[in-house]
Amino acid sequence: MHAGQLQRLGVLMSEVVLQTRGLSRHFGGLAAVDGVSLSCRMSEVHAVIGPNGAGKSTLINLLSGDLRPSAGRVFLRGEDVTGLSSPRISGLGVGRSYQRTNVFLPFTVFENCRLAAQSRLATSMRFFRQAARYRAVSDAALRVIEQVGLARQADRPVETLSHGEQRQVEIAMTLATDPSLLLLDEPLAGMGAEESVQIVELLRTLAGDHAILLVEHDMDAVFALANTLTVMVNGAVLESGEPQAVRSNRRVQLAYLGEHVAAKPVLTDGDHARF
Amino acid sequence: MSTRARKIALFVGLVLLFAFPLLGDRFYVQFISKILIMTIFAGSLNLLVGYTGLISLGHAAFFGMAGYVLALYSPHTEAAGLLTSLLLSVGCAALLALLIGSLVLRTSGIFFIMATLAFAEMLFYLFHDTAIAGGSDGIYIYQRPVLMIAGWQPFDLANFVHFYYLVLFFSLAAIVCIHTILRSPFGRVIAGIRVNEQRMSALGFHTYRYKLVCFVIAGALAGLAGYLAAAQFGVVNPEMLGWHVSGSVLMMVILGGMGTLAGPVLGAFSLMMLEESFQTITKHWQLLTGAVIVAVALYLPRGFAGLLPKRATSDQAVPPGVAGARRSAAAARRPDV
Repeated sequence: MHAGQLQRLGVLMSEVVLQTRGLSRHFGGLAAVDGVSLSCRMSEVHAVIGPNGAGKSTLINLLSGDLRPSAGRVFLRGEDVTGLSSPRISGLGVGRSYQRTNVFLPFTVFENCRLAAQSRLATSMRFFRQAARYRAVSDAALRVIEQVGLARQADRPVETLSHGEQRQVEIAMTLATDPSLLLLDEPLAGMGAEESVQIVELLRTLAGDHAILLVEHDMDAVFALANTLTVMVNGAVLESGEPQAVRSNRRVQLAYLGEHVAAKPVLTDGDHARF
Repeated sequence: MSTRARKIALFVGLVLLFAFPLLGDRFYVQFISKILIMTIFAGSLNLLVGYTGLISLGHAAFFGMAGYVLALYSPHTEAAGLLTSLLLSVGCAALLALLIGSLVLRTSGIFFIMATLAFAEMLFYLFHDTAIAGGSDGIYIYQRPVLMIAGWQPFDLANFVHFYYLVLFFSLAAIVCIHTILRSPFGRVIAGIRVNEQRMSALGFHTYRYKLVCFVIAGALAGLAGYLAAAQFGVVNPEMLGWHVSGSVLMMVILGGMGTLAGPVLGAFSLMMLEESFQTITKHWQLLTGAVIVAVALYLPRGFAGLLPKRATSDQAVPPGVAGARRSAAAARRPDV
């Protein structure tokens, strides 16, 4: 039994943060998400992979409250939260990032993160004191900016940043809402190699005290981080379980990983060492 | 330097406004009072249009409503109390904004514009076609409201200079109030809603509530302007809540510069002074006003406020003294497994 499996055993004993049962979403005749049941525990990185159009982003939209499911249920720490609005879900400690950068472009990096952190005040119906005087909010904003490595760009409007840096802002904002469950929709897409390494490191750190549902196309990152791997095809779960087992599953190899495995080894010895 | 230029411009403007009644000309003092009232009205609409991104074509509803409340509340034979009538008028405008806002804010985009217009027109016809308040002729306020403090009357609204200073006080107070709100956590939320409402929801903000509160604040400030307008001329008629007034105050906001503090002030002054001077030249003055508006739309996309020197410092900068843990992320939480 190697280190990865040991860690997985630890995860299996921790609290279930997210659970879905038969989650489905239909757009007309198309089942974008079709009867998905999965769970994510505290300290677990549950990666969801699959070809384009497999329904991964729709799944995240269902979990975050951006979309309402057509059928099935979503539970957060055992509580049924199916169909709650996105502000309510966010209030329950769920943070999501978007595949396509979805930030406040004219605002500075700091203001983007400050606004995200401000959402954790009991209420923002405060009209008199300057927003900048709420120290705890500003501190929280600066902390996440440093975590993603954008401290030097803090005072720059996001629209003046590179695409990769904007992706980092996206993640920083998600973290600024202090979530316990992270729904990350391709956090590494469009990021440079150096930033990718930094964000993978950050996610590994965050995994210690967060539950993370990770949709990602970067297989190196997926196998470096995931404790659990789910493969989706055509809206449904094809296979789910321990990453190595899923990876060597024949159906998965045929349906999705086949070409990737053929092109280059998914997991090198170096990766093993990292587990 | 540009911050200094702004300060000088502000100082000169204030001195001129405070000194203006010394000219003593009744017509012009009343004219500037009227403009100052419109700066409050335009400022309130700017809160919606410029800062929250909600384009309302029915803002006159709140302006007119407050005027009607003052007229209906004022007895024929004696003067109404200033404080009670003011609170009642502004309160009714705010309540109306709560009612209309709770409905129209369920729509967005072009539907929001049409819905605000529709509600304002409903109110227009309510007062125009029924005998509640004199129908299409409107209703008179026979005696101006009076403020009495233990038998002492500090000022008289019938005196045009006194009235001017009262209006100047309220318009400055309104600007300070809007400025304060914009810098508060609430102000940041509405700015976020203007830029990306969906993301605000995803961050956990119940955007509908914030938009509704903003709509009510804007309605209350429009009510303050409507109250002063009714008190100035002693007459209220349905035109006060018509789409023409809504359109003209929207024009002031756009002309002056949406989403800027100075915009509504510049817009109210420029539009009303232009109209006034064009009227002395030709009876087709509206053609000239239209030409100016087109020119501004073409060449000054940020309105007259775009001509002002830009502010040197940003509200969005990291405030001094804020320090996150200056550690790398990896080292901060836990060692690698």
